[in-house]
Parts: sequence; structure tokens; C-alpha cells
Amino acid sequence: MSLSRRKLILGGIAASAGVSGLAVADRLAKRYGLVPPDCRGIYGPGETLTYAAQRLLTTHAMAREFPRSMISKKPFANETAPPNDAFKKHQAAGFADWRLAVDGMVARPTSLSLGEIKSFATKSQVTEVACEEGWSYVAEWIGTRLSDVLHETGVLPQARYVVYFSIEPPWWESIDMADALHPQTLLTWGMNDGDLPVGFGGPLRMRVPRQLGYKSVKYITRITVTDSLKGFGKGLGSASPEAGYAWYAGI
Amino acid sequence: MVRVTHWLTVISFVALLVTGAEIVISHPRFYWGETGNVNMRPLFSLHIPSSRDTVPTGYGYVMPDQNGWSRYLHFEAAWVLVLTALFYGISSLWNGHFRRDLVPRRRDWTWRSIRGVMAKSFRRAKKDDGADSYNVVQRTTYLGVIFVLFPLVIWTGLALSPGFNAAFPYAVDVLGGRQSARTIHFFISGLLVIFLVVHVGMIILAGFVSRMRAMITGRVAVPEEARIKEHA
Repeated sequence: MSLSRRKLILGGIAASAGVSGLAVADRLAKRYGLVPPDCRGIYGPGETLTYAAQRLLTTHAMAREFPRSMISKKPFANETAPPNDAFKKHQAAGFADWRLAVDGMVARPTSLSLGEIKSFATKSQVTEVACEEGWSYVAEWIGTRLSDVLHETGVLPQARYVVYFSIEPPWWESIDMADALHPQTLLTWGMNDGDLPVGFGGPLRMRVPRQLGYKSVKYITRITVTDSLKGFGKGLGSASPEAGYAWYAGI
Repeated sequence: MVRVTHWLTVISFVALLVTGAEIVISHPRFYWGETGNVNMRPLFSLHIPSSRDTVPTGYGYVMPDQNGWSRYLHFEAAWVLVLTALFYGISSLWNGHFRRDLVPRRRDWTWRSIRGVMAKSFRRAKKDDGADSYNVVQRTTYLGVIFVLFPLVIWTGLALSPGFNAAFPYAVDVLGGRQSARTIHFFISGLLVIFLVVHVGMIILAGFVSRMRAMITGRVAVPEEARIKEHA
């Protein structure tokens, strides 16, 4: 009798310690940006653990870079949909009028031509594109650091995410500031010593080498800096969770 | 504790197996080295239809894409498995489960004893034997699954994560690259499936109902003869 009462009391203490521990963890996680926008639903706990663990371990880590000799001879373009009319018009004009709008939580919203984007310091990296399906290839990616553009436009201190949109309407993604300000995150306009081919996202592709391929959206026309993803689409962070895929693709 | 972690492992392993197989369907080709895609020669291909029309399979149709929830569930189940394994590992070191129940006894660690166990199980003699303790073959197999196969499958799985690889590049480089890690992950999973089949097969041979009751309630039905001996 007394044993079961003791067990009950101990169990009660353990349970309340557990609950308050979770509450503290929840507050800390929110404060330090460890909760992904698709944290609800039955897969929320796993997703949150993955994102939080990777943010604690990998915030400053650099994606693996390879020697030029490892550049894939036959990369795979994975063209998903036929280009829409707006894209075809740009293509016919040799992308001369392609522009990238930068707006949201920046001091100086702007719209950049490809030439203006290329006027920033040119960066290149030999990194791997890995698709969630399982295939991969290595290429040299040439472009402008997203962080350089963000600093130039005066990103505000309360900024937490960068949302980016393709000219192909349902295709948009977002990344946290750890990835947005990461030195390997490039607004990419060149590949393997040449222009970025259309099949690989030309004229302008967001390359996020620490995440899977679907975060590296092709044909970028707009980036928006924000402190909350609630107002975008269904509020899940990007088009991927709306299609059933995880927002964070570092795994 | 052993029983709770066992069943948590069963649940997460089945979830990992189903979703893992589903993810393979989106690219049923395997490569060796760092890179691999449909423009490259695979090490081998599974002759199954794919859920992507970009993969040449020889089949005239494309399976529905289920990768979204499969990936979500795969990683969530992986968390359950890893946290359960940590809990099991630490408490088993603490309470002596490994030492007492799993490390083979030195006197059993001979070919004679292993042959004896094998011969006995093939003859299906004395069903009740071993109800209170594992024999040398069981011990070795369980240790191999717990300390070799599961760590390897977790490691090769993590080596497919671009975020993890950024932080720990050696973890994937020593495996020979990303595609090698994926191929090894597939084979280790296969070995775990073989273990599962044999394991369940043995349970059926040993008496499914009694062994399930033992693993769920922790109570072993002790045969009358043994009970009398105990009291003697």
C-alpha cells in the first residue's frame, strides 16, 4: 500500500518535472529559433527534433566542397515542368530584362538586374546537389552571396527568414537566417565555367548546399525578408510542406 | 525496461522499413562513390517500377509519389529508435543486462558449444530449453545486431544528411561518398530484415504464444519439472 503511494508520488513528481521541462524546452526553442514552421501535426515532433539538433550542431558548418576533378561529367537537370509563358518571353530576350526584387524587412527595398547582381563579389564553389529521391551530382556553382545582397539592402535586425519565389508560380521556398547569411548560399548565375543553363535553373537559381535539392529553387525573381512565415501561403513556410514535404531539408 | 524498449524498437523499425522501401521506389538505382544519377551507370538497379518518370525502369507507368510523408515518418521513427537505443544502452550498462544476458559466457564460446546449439535447434529438441537464458548463438547475434548493425544503419543514414555531412564531413568521406553510404544503408537494412525474419521464425518455432506472452508480460511459463527442481 505505502509502496504504491510512494510510486504514485514519485510518478507525479516525474510527470510534472517532465511537463515543466518540456515547457522550458519549448520556450528556449522558440527563443533561439529551433522550431520549424511545419512543427504541427503528427510529424511535428520528429521534424522539430531534426531541425533543432541540426541548428545546434551545424549553424556554422560548411557544406563539403570537392576538387574540380570531381565535377560530374553528366549532371542531371531534373526539369520538372515546361516553362510558362513569362519565362519563355525572358528566354527569347536572352534574359536581358530578368530582375530580382528584394523587399520585406530591408531598409532599402530594391530590384536588381542580372548585371547588378553580378557586380557583387563573384563567389564559386564545387558542391553536391543531392535530391531527396536519392540521386546526386557535383558541379561548380558561380554566383553572388545572398548575404552580400541582404547586407547591401540593409536587412533589419528582426529578420528571421528569407522567402524566395520562382517565376514558375507554385514554386517558392524559405530559409532561416542561419542559411540565408551562410557564406555558401549563393544567388547562382554560372555553372562549370559558363552561364547557368536553363535546365539547371538559369538565369538565376538559389543554391543552398547544406540542404537537399528542392530548397535550391530555379528561376528566382523575388526574395522577401520577414520575421514570420505565417503570411505566406498556408503559413507552413514554403510550397514543400503544402505538398507534404518537410520545410527543413538538411536531412 | 528491456521489454518496453524492445517494442518501441519494433514499432520504429517497422515504420523505418516501410518508409525506407517507399523512398527507394523514387530512385531504385544504387551507385558507388560520391555521385550517382540516371545519366550515370548504376552499381545495380532494382527491377521495380519507380515513383518518378525521370527514372528509366522499363515499366510503362509511374507509381504515386509518397515521399513527403515517408520522409517525415522515416526521420521521426529514426528519432524514436535512437532515443530508445540510448535509453536501452545506458540502462543495460547500468543494470548489467549486457553483461548478464548478452555477452556469451566464456565456457560457451567454443565451436563445440555453438555446434551443439545449432544441432539442437535443427532437431527442434526440448522446446523449453533456454527460456530463462539466451544461448551462445542468440547472445552473439543480439550483440551483433545491437552493436554493429544498428549503429551502422544509423551512421550510414546520417551520412545522407547534407546538414550532418557539413558538420561531420569525415562521417561520409570514410564510407566512400554519399552514394556509397546510401548503398551500404540499403544492405545493412537488408541484413536487419534477415535478422527480423529469422528472429520471428525462431519465435514461431519456440512457441509463438508463450514467447509473445513472455516478451509482453515478462512472465515465463515454467514447465512443471523445472518448477519442482527449483523447489527441491
